[in-house]
Amino acid sequence: MTATTPTSTDPGSTPPVAAAPPGVLRTAWRMWRVRIGLLLLLLLAAVALGGPFVAPYGEAEFVGTPNTRDVEGTRFGTDYFGQDVLSRFLFGGRSILVLATLSTAMALVLGVTIGLVAAYNRGRLDDLLMRTMDVSLAFPQLLLALVALTTIGPKPWLIVLIVGFTTTPRIARITRGAAVPVVERDFVGAAEALGESRPRILWSELLPNVSGPLLVEANLRLTYSIGIIASLGFLGFSTRVNAADWGLMVNENRAALSVQPWGTVLPAIAIALLTIGTGLIADGLSRASAGIDRAKGDQ
Amino acid sequence: MGILKLVIRRLAFGVVTLFVVSLAVFILSQALPSDPARAVLGREATEENVAAFREKFGLDQSAVRQYTDWLGGLVSGDPGLSYSNGVPIMDFLGDRLKNSLFLMFAGSLISIPLSLAIGAYAALRRDKLFDNANSVSSLILAAMPEFVVGALLTVLLATNVWQIFPATVRVRPGEQPWSDIDGLVLPLLTLTLAVTPYVSRVVRASMIEVLESDYVEMARLKGLSERTVLWRHALPNAIGPTFQVIALNIAYMAGGVIVVEALFNYPGIGLALRDAVREVNLPVVQFLAMFISLIYVVSNLLADVGTILVTPRLRTRLS
Amino acid sequence: MSAELGTLGDLGDRDDRDGGVTLSIRSLRIDVVDTGHDIVDEVDLEIAAGEVLGLVGESGSGKTTVGLAVLGHARRGVRIASGTIEIGGRSVLDRSPRELRRLRGGQVSYVPQDPSTSLNPALRIRTQILEVLEHHGFGTTAADREARVLQVMEEVALPNTPDFLRRYPHQLSGGQQQRIGLAMAFACRPSVIVLDEPTTGLDVSTQAHVLTTVRDLCRAHGVAALYVTHDLAVVANLADRVAVMYAGRIVEQGTTRTIFESPQHPYTRHLTAAAPDISGTEAVVGLAGRAPAPGKRPVGCSFAPRCELATDECRESFPPVTSPAHAHQVRCFHAGGLAHLQRPAPVTLLRQGRDEVPALSIRHVDAAYTGHRVVHDVSFDVARGECVALVGESGSGKTTLSRSVGGLHREWTGEILLNGEAMARSARNRPTAQRLSIQYVFQNPYSSLHPRRTVGDSVARPLRVAGVSAAEATKAVHEMLERVSLTAAYAGRYPDQLSGGERQRVAIARALVSRPSVLVCDEVTSALDVLVQAAVVELLVGLQHDLGLSMLFVTHNLPLVRSLAQQVVVLADGRVVESGPTERVLGEPEQDYTRRLLADTPSISAASAG
Repeated sequence: MTATTPTSTDPGSTPPVAAAPPGVLRTAWRMWRVRIGLLLLLLLAAVALGGPFVAPYGEAEFVGTPNTRDVEGTRFGTDYFGQDVLSRFLFGGRSILVLATLSTAMALVLGVTIGLVAAYNRGRLDDLLMRTMDVSLAFPQLLLALVALTTIGPKPWLIVLIVGFTTTPRIARITRGAAVPVVERDFVGAAEALGESRPRILWSELLPNVSGPLLVEANLRLTYSIGIIASLGFLGFSTRVNAADWGLMVNENRAALSVQPWGTVLPAIAIALLTIGTGLIADGLSRASAGIDRAKGDQ
Repeated sequence: MGILKLVIRRLAFGVVTLFVVSLAVFILSQALPSDPARAVLGREATEENVAAFREKFGLDQSAVRQYTDWLGGLVSGDPGLSYSNGVPIMDFLGDRLKNSLFLMFAGSLISIPLSLAIGAYAALRRDKLFDNANSVSSLILAAMPEFVVGALLTVLLATNVWQIFPATVRVRPGEQPWSDIDGLVLPLLTLTLAVTPYVSRVVRASMIEVLESDYVEMARLKGLSERTVLWRHALPNAIGPTFQVIALNIAYMAGGVIVVEALFNYPGIGLALRDAVREVNLPVVQFLAMFISLIYVVSNLLADVGTILVTPRLRTRLS
Repeated sequence: MSAELGTLGDLGDRDDRDGGVTLSIRSLRIDVVDTGHDIVDEVDLEIAAGEVLGLVGESGSGKTTVGLAVLGHARRGVRIASGTIEIGGRSVLDRSPRELRRLRGGQVSYVPQDPSTSLNPALRIRTQILEVLEHHGFGTTAADREARVLQVMEEVALPNTPDFLRRYPHQLSGGQQQRIGLAMAFACRPSVIVLDEPTTGLDVSTQAHVLTTVRDLCRAHGVAALYVTHDLAVVANLADRVAVMYAGRIVEQGTTRTIFESPQHPYTRHLTAAAPDISGTEAVVGLAGRAPAPGKRPVGCSFAPRCELATDECRESFPPVTSPAHAHQVRCFHAGGLAHLQRPAPVTLLRQGRDEVPALSIRHVDAAYTGHRVVHDVSFDVARGECVALVGESGSGKTTLSRSVGGLHREWTGEILLNGEAMARSARNRPTAQRLSIQYVFQNPYSSLHPRRTVGDSVARPLRVAGVSAAEATKAVHEMLERVSLTAAYAGRYPDQLSGGERQRVAIARALVSRPSVLVCDEVTSALDVLVQAAVVELLVGLQHDLGLSMLFVTHNLPLVRSLAQQVVVLADGRVVESGPTERVLGEPEQDYTRRLLADTPSISAASAG
């Protein structure tokens, strides 16, 4: 229909200056939802990572009567334990963001590898890998995390491992799904005919051509990882005892919601904005890559 | 007869899945380098106390023996004794199982038709006002964890802004969960808001795929009425994916219920699970993990079989 | 206006035709809703009852868009902007949705391109035929309609047993599915039918049967048919008249005989010269460039940038319709100005040095595909500097065999020798020198180039694998790009900035950059339009001659073979049916199978002569 590719009617003439095909990122950047999402993500990341440096009090410092809105020297009053809400809030995002990022990164590395290997090798190895992934999907992520925490307790490394491992099959499936049609394409055959090595084919033939769906999935998984880790905190399994944690704060302060809402509202809104931010980016990226694919499919 | 064979095959896969899950649960909770007895009784417990505890709960047996005993118990409906009080688990979890199933059932009853209706309508009115508004709001809701949605709803509807509904559920032991209808509003609303956006997006996508298909265009070019196009040509092809969506919905419920129960103090398995994890009450944790997985596996199994039954291409391949 | 000027589609005094004009399209314009760019414009067509009009054009010319407009339908994002369409004297475009529905499937029906996706997978075929009859109130009783279903099944030569009618589309073959498409279209005895490339993807024998059915039904029931296609040979055999579309406009229209024997528009001349003909004896002539897309069309004649005769007049204004002869219209300032294009004689190399070691030797090869044997004991040679065409219908095993030769398919036994040396099964196990010495060009240029790698990097890969330095590789790449009629400037571009023909040239450059002795071409022209196909064939012939290449040219396109192959190997069900010099195999086939294949392949010259 409406081809977006430049048309040269005379192949003898000099083609226009070379430009990379408009990538997913560039298309996504033009969308307002991606810009808002990025803004939210940067803002909340700044709060979570930089907050501890600007917090007026320590994260477990007693400053006044518990559950009081107007306490001198505090902006948002005190929480259930007489600690400064603002300081707790500024301290409470770091571990969520760091752990979620680490576990998503770990899942990406594992999931992409498994997905690409399964897609490229097809046959029995593919069946085995994907059946294993299917089985591990038969399990809510939060539930598996709770089971693992039972005897060992909420250690940061354990949370990263569990969230990472349970996210892996989801990423592997997406990667495989995106890579299978790429494997069928003839440029992969051309690389094989040249005798390129398997790792090179996975890395430089397949990976660049699944980056669109992968970017989407990475953002989506980051969103859910934040949700799970925050939910663990909410259920009382934050990584350090009495440490500030947005999820835990919601739980601690909700009993006094009617007299001192800040202790619940601040962290709840922070988590909401953070996940909405990453969610918006994921959605924008998926629209962008769908649009690009559609333009390609026009050929 | 092919269908029966297929159901048996899917059933076998479900059983294998549950078996693998049971292994994972057992290994994760018990065989990791930790001592459950010590974890329960604390560091100060005497050697005798620890030994007595081990004997009572069979922890002195080999890991293989413990596993087979536990698995055998599960299969025969006896998941063992609770660490915290030594009472058979089923004795005190029975009501909670019922309460949770009720919450999930009521939540599904609301969210499944709602997701289907919203998704299908958005697909039909693609790129119009409803679709765009729904796209943005569902995106925002789908991104937030359940407890955040619930907490914000509590602020909005139960405490600070308006005080329409109670912030917690009051169901005393022995009472039926539906005895506190007002209290159920917020938990159900939270579950619905957590599940519906995601699921309705899936419905919309699969509905659009069908509506954009060549055969729907062909049906229009045959001069069929829009009603026939929709009901005879589009919907039958959208039913298969719908079963998957319903399974997805139920699966989501099973996970979401843990947090929602904790948030609204609803006496169900979610709250029980949280407490059991806190108390290192392994048999309870293991049993509940298996129970939730069972819901997952069964809903997926039913969805697979349902999809095959309504898709001629899959159904006829069997015979 | 001079007396010669008229509108395209003006049939003059055609009242002697039975039934008169059934379908009439005037000044039709269809454009993109968002941008207002025209997809088609100034389209005028008329079709009489019982007449078949072939609407010919390359992909993107707007021919399908015109076909759908006849049913008052425009796809998403596209709208019918102006003009009139009348069927039996009544307008199509000002109808209410309800009236339009009564028209579609009743008075005017549509046969889609791809029946496998156009039939509803969830409904039995009986339901799908019956519902058209029900919605259009065919007959008076349900029994009438049931009877009509059985009758129309017979008309399209399908079994009408209850058992067959209970089947779902996926339980039918491609040819059967297309016949169901015809049955649905003819069920209500329409007065107009639009057929949108209904034989694409079908084997020639199935195609021949479907075409016969279409012709017989249109003649027998006095249906006016608009047959949309890119295949000139099909049109030559089926259509009474032909309209040629280029970049959204009809550039020439006339009787089939006129169009094929004395085309007046330069584009039509090129089109007929590029079409391979099974009974002709000449090679094809290609044309560089491509048709401009909507929104990129020039002010004047769209063909001017590619036209030898173009003058300033052509570039400034769009030519009006002239009528050089009775019932023949052309849109060109220089109509008839281009002499008949000289079709070269095919290259006939004598098998030189028969005693020499052949470049490629296939000996007793059996190949399997996921366990099923699809190639049985195939043996033949490709001599040095020779092009051998491996011809077969889909499922003949030709692609499996060629992929085995290229080292892309591992399930084979027997011997494949390259310059006398046995090759390992998989490319990965072959020594680098051997891998570079036999190169493979793939069918689809849209999938054979890495989309995120520049043309230069893609073409340089074989050299880089061989350990050639980056600087030297770049030099060789530029040289090779020139050689395939591109320029060195293409090295910096990405595949999605190129047309299909340009991509295939890049793929050929990549295959030739390592100076191989054998080139395997797997259906390399089947994804290309006919002019581009001819240009690629010309390029391959030139390269074969200049570089002394040996080629294995795999194709299902029998007419094309004459333009470039010296030897033909006919494959059916995985076995060699017949082989020998091209002239002999195409001219005096020895085997029944080959004879049947040749008879089923539509011929341009035979049709326009008869």
